[in-house]
This record gives sequence, structure tokens and C-alpha cells, in this order.
Amino acid sequence: MVKVLEMQGITKQFPRVLANDRIDFDVNQGEIHALVGENGSGKSTLMNILYGLYHADAGDIYVRGEKVQINEPRAAIDLKIGMVFQHFMLVEPLTVAENIVLGSEVRRGPFLDYKRAAEEVERLSAEYGLSIDPHAKISDLSVGLQQRVEILKALYRGAEILILDEPTAVLTPQEVDELMEVMRNLRDKGTSIVFITHKIREVLAVSDRVTVLRRGKKVGTKKTSETNEQDLAEMMVGRVVLLQVDKTPAEPGEEVLAVQSARVRDKLGTLRVNDVSLTIRSGEVLGIAGVEGNGQQELVEAIVGLTRIESGQIIFNGVDITGWSPLRIKQAGLGYVPEDRHKRGLILDYSLADNLVLGLHSEPPFIKRLGIRDDKAVQDNAERMVEEYDIRPPLPNQLVKRFSGGNQQKVVVAREFTRNPELLICSQPTRGVDIGAIEFIHEQVISQRDQGAAVLLVSAELDEILSLSDRIAVMYNGKIVTVMPAHEATEHKLGFLMLGGNLEDYQGEGGNNSVR
Amino acid sequence: MLDRLKKFPYEEVVIPILAVLLALLVGSVFILFVGENPLVAYKVLVKESLGSTRNLATTLQRSTPLIFAGLAVAFAFRAGLFNIGVEGQLYIGGFAAAWVGFTFTNLPRVIHLPLAIIAGMLGGAIWAAVPGLLKAKLGVHEVINTIMLNFIAFFLTDWLTIGPFHGNTMAPETGRVAKTAAFTRLYPPTRLNTGIYLALAAAVIVWFILWKTKLGYELRAVGLNPSAAEYGGINVAKNLVTAMAISGALAGLVGTEQILGLHNRFIQRFSPDLGFMGIAVALLGKNHPVGVIFAAVLFGALQTGSAAMDRLTAVPRELITIIQALIIFFVAAEYLIRRMIRHKGDA
Amino acid sequence: MWDVLALLVNTSVFAAAFRMATPLIFAALGGILSERSGVVNIALEGMMLTGAFTAVFVTYHTGMPWVGVLGAMAAGALMGLLHAVVCIRYRANQVVSGTALNIFAGGLTVFLLRFFFNIAGTSPAVNVIPDITIPVLNRIPWIGKILGRQNPLVYLALVSVVVVHIVLFKTVWGLRLRSVGEHPRAADTVGVNVYRIRYVAVALSGALAGIGGSYLSIAHLSRFSENMTAGRGFIALAAMIFGKWTPLGALGACLFFGYADALQMRLQNLGIPVQFVQMLPYVLTMIALAGFIGQAVAPKASGEPYVKEG
Repeated sequence: MVKVLEMQGITKQFPRVLANDRIDFDVNQGEIHALVGENGSGKSTLMNILYGLYHADAGDIYVRGEKVQINEPRAAIDLKIGMVFQHFMLVEPLTVAENIVLGSEVRRGPFLDYKRAAEEVERLSAEYGLSIDPHAKISDLSVGLQQRVEILKALYRGAEILILDEPTAVLTPQEVDELMEVMRNLRDKGTSIVFITHKIREVLAVSDRVTVLRRGKKVGTKKTSETNEQDLAEMMVGRVVLLQVDKTPAEPGEEVLAVQSARVRDKLGTLRVNDVSLTIRSGEVLGIAGVEGNGQQELVEAIVGLTRIESGQIIFNGVDITGWSPLRIKQAGLGYVPEDRHKRGLILDYSLADNLVLGLHSEPPFIKRLGIRDDKAVQDNAERMVEEYDIRPPLPNQLVKRFSGGNQQKVVVAREFTRNPELLICSQPTRGVDIGAIEFIHEQVISQRDQGAAVLLVSAELDEILSLSDRIAVMYNGKIVTVMPAHEATEHKLGFLMLGGNLEDYQGEGGNNSVR
Repeated sequence: MLDRLKKFPYEEVVIPILAVLLALLVGSVFILFVGENPLVAYKVLVKESLGSTRNLATTLQRSTPLIFAGLAVAFAFRAGLFNIGVEGQLYIGGFAAAWVGFTFTNLPRVIHLPLAIIAGMLGGAIWAAVPGLLKAKLGVHEVINTIMLNFIAFFLTDWLTIGPFHGNTMAPETGRVAKTAAFTRLYPPTRLNTGIYLALAAAVIVWFILWKTKLGYELRAVGLNPSAAEYGGINVAKNLVTAMAISGALAGLVGTEQILGLHNRFIQRFSPDLGFMGIAVALLGKNHPVGVIFAAVLFGALQTGSAAMDRLTAVPRELITIIQALIIFFVAAEYLIRRMIRHKGDA
Repeated sequence: MWDVLALLVNTSVFAAAFRMATPLIFAALGGILSERSGVVNIALEGMMLTGAFTAVFVTYHTGMPWVGVLGAMAAGALMGLLHAVVCIRYRANQVVSGTALNIFAGGLTVFLLRFFFNIAGTSPAVNVIPDITIPVLNRIPWIGKILGRQNPLVYLALVSVVVVHIVLFKTVWGLRLRSVGEHPRAADTVGVNVYRIRYVAVALSGALAGIGGSYLSIAHLSRFSENMTAGRGFIALAAMIFGKWTPLGALGACLFFGYADALQMRLQNLGIPVQFVQMLPYVLTMIALAGFIGQAVAPKASGEPYVKEG
């Protein structure tokens, strides 16, 4: 077994986190080595160090047995290391060929030999079975194809060590299968692959060895054939995963929300939500499962009033709220935990206290007469919330950007849950949050349900959907494919439907489930 | 007490002071270049701007428009908008104030003066609301539009001044503003006028709006994170327009003070780049009203002293323009200063 | 009626349009290079002004106006480098730095004018670059009257448009420059030196604006006067936007603005106030930006300092 890469004692300190703590990591020639861990465990940091984007505070890197210094991507490229980033590094207005050759262009004097660049791309794509039109503009390609361009980019530079940073996060399950095929193919041709993911199933499906990181430390490296799902999960979280949330059966009451034949277009005019109807009753959780980007986000933003719906109606407690402003809907009794707390949920440069009144800031008791603020009421409110939701550190005047991800999410949850809303919409409520906060947030969601709230839960994590929901809807390509009681759903069945399969065609776990 | 001390924004104060010192240091290279002693030149500068009550009054008079201009830029900044259109807005505001001043001649002072001031604010507000509206409705960046509107304002007031509202003189200026619409001189023969009170009041009002009202909470939220603000039920578009309009009203007051307090008529292209100086003042003052007042007084002092320095030494008065530009550079590049401080700490 | 039409197609108006457009073309090309690399450059005005002064200063001492042009290029490039250092290395807000640079140039040129020539307002007269006649071109009917005899800098401006177009869209460096302005991180991860490209682009931007300034002081006129650019740097900025950040588009916009400029005196005789013609470029740019004349979209990363992590 030839070790093509060895990293020893890699340490990286960021302002408030020790991202990598004396990590050892190695890769053999022609293997797929999975690098797994929860969000924030230090996987990406380690690979960014290998690719020369970050500089390690301590530790050594050996490539093909030789000690190397990798201070910039150029050095990594010269060592035949390639990286496919989670957020693609593609220049949208340029063509596929231009993107692939960028930085290592085919020249004719000072000029770009575009014709030969395109030919080169065609040759590569034929060789690796990654078909692509070299003249297409990146902005016209699907996410799956863009990723293909990224892989070709690395191969064009002669990459022998290929880092794939969470490549499956943006793909449909079908595209994931294709990607795994590509990975196996590359491995068989001698490429060594580092496969970053936090999905255990993918690790087991494709890797030869697996290294687990937790909170910046290495937990261990194992042969994939010598481990299993439960084993890896324990290594990742450090204790047995609590998959089941304690909850009693739902006792649904009156209908709180009814969406009727809603259609929503995005800014570019693409139809994102296509004739969606759904209802949620008080005291139940409706989970929406689906691969991200199938219209869930647009549907939610339409319900909370952030985007306009093209046609259809939204009825809240019997009142047509279509076209109302977010503020008015909120005042009517909506609580909303947005998908991206940094973008939608928080003002990072505002204090904890100021964030806790966002959206409530224009109502008493926070406003006295004539639009003048009541600072004391804002402060008192913050002190109460910090106590009730265990937000740490308990400093109302601290800027929110100085809190950890889990505590930031608690700020959003505290603000949105505290008024016991009649309708609660939670979009990816536990993304990027530590296990402790996840449990806390899950408990809060169920407690809101039990107090009579109608809850709409959108999550990319099937575990979360399955453990919290009373009914589950599957969204695919802008439509609700089906709605079923939670006890009828399995991960496998949902996965099939999320790909666009029909419920009638579903033949169970062992069956031949062809989507096409 | 200790809590108070902790809350004191050291960085917000130390960085601007260092920026000024660095600018003066680089400025001294220019002084050496023309063969003078920097210490002598700077001594003249300080003495002639602060050395006597009369000099001080002149300094305050020159600071007055800079306070308004700095507040205008700072207010927009807080809402995430870069208003480099203060120069144009002050012309429109100034012309509106002048027009009320020379058109209505039979009004009592208690009505005429406030009316002229309101007209000045309104003129600036409308001119600034246009790029605010274009940003809010069409997403066009305000920087280019405010630049374009500066020039449109120059040419528009050029035409108004030498065209339909040309006064009786040969000069490119309108007729005189009635006495009932003029600010009162406070310390003749300097031109310090009651506009300074208005400027200080404006600073207090800006502070109050930004930190003690719902409007301020919303404006700053829009400036820091428009997406979250929108979700928080804040009408982003409305706030962008409001912020630009208030910023423009403050800019209008620059022109109003210059017309009603100094020139008593509208003079074509009267402003010595006051609007652009406002950017420097706001940056140096860290977009805080208190900082703006200090920065404006500093710039006012530099300008006052520069005339004497020009007269008494071989240093051209334009040195002050250069130093003002350098101050902007150093404040803008505060990353540089932060690093210098940190390196000092390491050593 | 016929008078007006005759005026609109008058060859001398067109010839004047090319002359008026020349400084704008140089500066707009500079703006394109800078903004395409991701650095907003509203300091074109200041760079032109510095170029105008330096051209006169160097010509005054050497007697050779072409050396003056080189001096203007160097001075403009220095201003560009200053902008680049402040924006790229010290991550200052690019609009703020540009504003400072404009103020700086305004102060510096007068400071130096007064120091070196001991006079305020206007410098002594210097040698100028004389007009030349292009042999064959001047015989072509109509076009010959417009372009047959012009200042060499007018021709240089037209050549520069083609050169910048080729550099941007046909060369390796141009590809890298555009990628740096759109997605600097992507360029960085394939080993393109983002900072170096931006430094060079902004310095070139200054050099081009400097030539534009020199045209004003040692070709169009023969002396430097205080603030003689009079907003042309901003018209160039407008032309750059109007031309959608492309050299050929900017050329069209500059010629159009130059044409309006050339017409304004003549239009005044017809009762149209000159100020309204002067406003035209600015009004049109606002309309263009608002999307009423196609969509004007800036390079995605322009205005954003690029910060390497870690």
C-alpha cells in the first residue's frame, strides 16, 4: 500500500475555535478515504489546509513521501492535488472550457487558444465518461453538471489526489448515485479520493477507509468494511444517537392553515411552487420532506409573506392572508424560524436584546408613544428570555455575532416561540447546531405542538422529519407528491418519492424501484 | 463607573485620532518639500484657527456646514447607503431656500426664516429620495445615481441662476435674500451665525432618531442586514427612501446655512466641495453624531488656519485639501492602523 | 428644420465629437479594466487631473509633449497604485478611497501648480502635440473630413479600444482578469494571483486615465488650469456603465456624449440652454441603470475587497 498523502499533527486555531487539534490523516494510492464528522468538526478546515487556502499553525504534510509546504493553491495544484468545493468555484458568465482551463490555460503566445481548450475538455470528458458541452455557459448548467465541471477542472490539472468537499449536499439522490459511480471509476484509474461528508450511508456505500473527526480532534480511522452505521454514528457524536423524540400522539384540532393551489415564481420567472395545496391543523406537525431546491423554501417564504404568490390563496384561521405583509402575518399569530439564521433570522451586529425584539419592535411594550423605544422593556425582555431558553452567555448587550451557532439559533427560537404562535413554521431548524441545542429545539417544537400550535416543518434531514412529524408531505419539483401519516413513512420510501417516484410504483425496500 | 469605562469605545476613538496624526505626518513631507519647517507651519495652523476668540468663531463658522454634511453622510451610512450626492443635494436645497428667501418679501421673520429652512430641507430631501427610490424599487446602486444627480444639480442650478432667476448684478448669482429669511450673525465681523445652533440641534436629533426610536431601529437593521430586517416586518424599500430623504434634508441644510447665513443669495457653484468633505467628516466621526461634530470642528479649524498658513509661510493652502484626503485614506484603511496597533502590542 | 438636420450631420460636428470623446475614451477604458478586475474606480476624475498636470509639467521642462504623455501615464499609474494599495492591501471601501483620491488630486495639482509655477489658476503655455493628416483616409469623402486630420491621441484612443477589447476577451490575462472580477475565490483556487491582477489592472486604469488627462492639457489646450477635467472622469464612468463595461460599448457611449458636447454650443443658438445638453450623459446613465435601456450589470465582485481566509 503506497501512502500518497500523510498529514501529521495538523493544528489550526481560529479566533474562537480550535478547528484542528493535532490531526493525523493519510490517504493510500487509489483509495476512497471518507472524512466524516458533524458540521464544525474540522473536516473542511483540514482539507483547506491541504489545498493551501488555510495555513496550519503546526503540523507537517508529506506528499508521496516528501515533506512539502503548501502555502497557496498553486502549490497544491503543482503537487497534483485537486479540490472540488462545496460552494462551487465557477465563474458564471464564462464557458465550461474557460472555467476548466482557467489558471492553466492553453496558450498561443499571450492569447488563449480557446479551440484547443475546448478540444482538451472534450477529450477529458470522453476519457472519464463525464459528458459536458465545453461551450455552455456555467450559469445555464444544473448543479449536477456544474459539479462535473469542477471535477473536470481538477482532472485537467492532472489531479492524483482529489478532495471532494461535501459533494452530495447539493445533489438529488439520483445524482448522488451517479457521482459515486464516477468516484469508483476514478479510483479504479488510480486516483486517490478524499470524500468529505456527514452522511454515514454514503460513507458505507463508497469508501474504502473512513476517518472520523469530532470537535477538531481525530476520533479514529477504520476500514469501512470493518465498521457499521451505529459504530460510525457513535464515533461522530460521541454517544448513542437519540433518534426518537419523546412525544405523545398528536391531537389535531381546528384547521389553522390552508394553502390552496398556490403557485410561486422566483425572481427569474421560473415556476418554483406549482399548484400546491395543503392544510395543517392545530396540535399537529406537518413535515415537508424533499431534496433541497424543490420549492420548499419558496413555499415557506410565500406563506410568511416574504414573496408574492402568483395565484392561489393562503388561509390562516379562516382569514385570507394572501398578499399580507410579513409583519401583519406575524401579528396575526405566526412564528417563523427561517432556514438561514444569518441571512433572515438575526442581525449579527445587533445586541442580543435588540435581536430578541426584531419583528416585535414596533409594538408595545417595546415602543412608547410617537415611535420612541422603551429601552427598559427591551432589556427586561432579554433577561427573561436568556433565563427561559438558557442562552449562553447570558449577556443581553453582547452582539449576537459573538454567540455560538447553537445559541444564535436559540435566540431565533426564543423570539419566535415565546408568544405561543398559532402557526409555527420551522425551516431547517437545527442546521449547523450542536447536538445539545438540537435536542432542546426539538423538545420546544413538540411542546409548542402540544400547546395547540400548528407546525410546518421543512427539513433536509429525513431523521428530523421522521422523528418530529405527525404527517409527512413529500415535495418534488414544485409539487406536493403525496401526504401520508408519519407511521406509514420510512426513510427509504420517502427517498423514493423525493426522487419523483409515484407512490403506486413503490415496491418496498427490496423491490426494483425505478424512478423513470 | 467601571461599567461606563468598559463601554467607552476606545477603538472608535483611537483609530480616528491615529488617522489624523498619520495624515499630519505625511502632510509634513509636503511641507518639507516646499522648504518649510512642518512644526512652524502647523503652529501657525493651530494658532490661527484656535488662538483667539475671533479665530475660534471663524473655525466654528466653517465647521457648521461640515456638521450638516457629515450628519447627512453618516445618517445614510447607518442605513447601509452611501450618499455621495450631498454636493448636489446641497445645491438643490440651497436654491430652494434662496428662492423662498428672495421671492417672499413681506413675511414676518418667524414665518419666513422657518419656511426658507424647510424649503431647503425639502429640496435636498427630494433630490436624495430619487436614488433612494431607484434603489428600493429597481435595485440600482445609489453610488452611481448620486454621482449622476450631483452633476444634474450643478447644471440645473447653473441654468436657474444665470437664466430665469438671475439677479441684477453681472455675476452668476440670484437676487438677494430678504433680511427676514437670513440667519443672524453671532460674532461680527466673523460670519459665524445661528446656523451653528441648528447644526448642533440636528446632531442631537439624528442621535435620537437612530438610537431611541422605532425608525432608527429599523433603519440600522436595514443597513446591517436587509434580509433579516425584511423578515422582521420592516419595510426595507420604505426605509431606504426615508433614510435617503432624511440624509438629503440634512444635505439641504448645508446649502441653506451657506445661503441664508453667508452669501445671502444663491451663487453659482458656491460650495467648496462641502458635500465631499462631509464624507470625510462622517468617516472620521465613525458615523456617530458626536464624532461628526468633533471631526467637523477639526476640518473647520484646518480650513481656517490654512489661509493664514498660506499667507505667513510658503506652504500653499491646498496642503489642507491634501491632508483631508489623507485623513480619509487612513480612516478608510483602518485595517492598516489596526495592524499597526497589534504589531506594537506584539513587540 | 433643414438647418437643424444639416447641423446634426455636419462633418465638423462629428470631427469635434471625436475630439471631445478622446479623453473620455481613455478614461472609460481605464474604468473598464479596473472594474472588470473587481475594483470600483470613481477616481478616474482625479487620475485624469493628475495626468493633465503632469503632462504640462513634464512638457514644460523637456519641451517634448510626447514625453509629457508618458509622464501623465506614469502619474496616473501611481494614483492607480495608491488606490490599489488602499483598496486591496488595506481593504478600504473602494468608493471612499476613490473619493479621497479625487480630493487628493484636486489639492495636489493646485499645490504643485502654485509651488512650481508660483501662480494660481493656470500654468504657462507649453508645446502641444500637433494634429496630423492621415494620407489615404483624408481622401475618403465625408469620413475624410471627420477623421482625415486629427490629433494623434484621437487615433491612439481608437486603437486603444481595439487593444483593450482584445486583451480582455482574447488573451489569457484577460480571462484571468474577468474571472477575478466575477469570482476572485474561484480564480484564487486555481492559482491565479488575484491581488497581482488587480494591482496591474488598477495601475493600467490610472495610466489610461492619465493619457486622457494629458489630451486635455497638451493636445486640446496647451496649459493646465485648476480642475480642468471638470467632471469628465465622471462622464467616462457614465460611459463605461452605459457601454455595459465593454470597450466597444464604452466607445459608442463616449462618441455619443462627445457628439452631444460638440452640439451644445450650436444648439444654444437654437434656444436650447446649454446646461440641458450638459446634463444629458448623466440623465441617460441613470435611465440606463434603471434598466430602461437593456440591463446594465456590473462585474459581480466589483466593490468587494478580496480577503483570503485562514
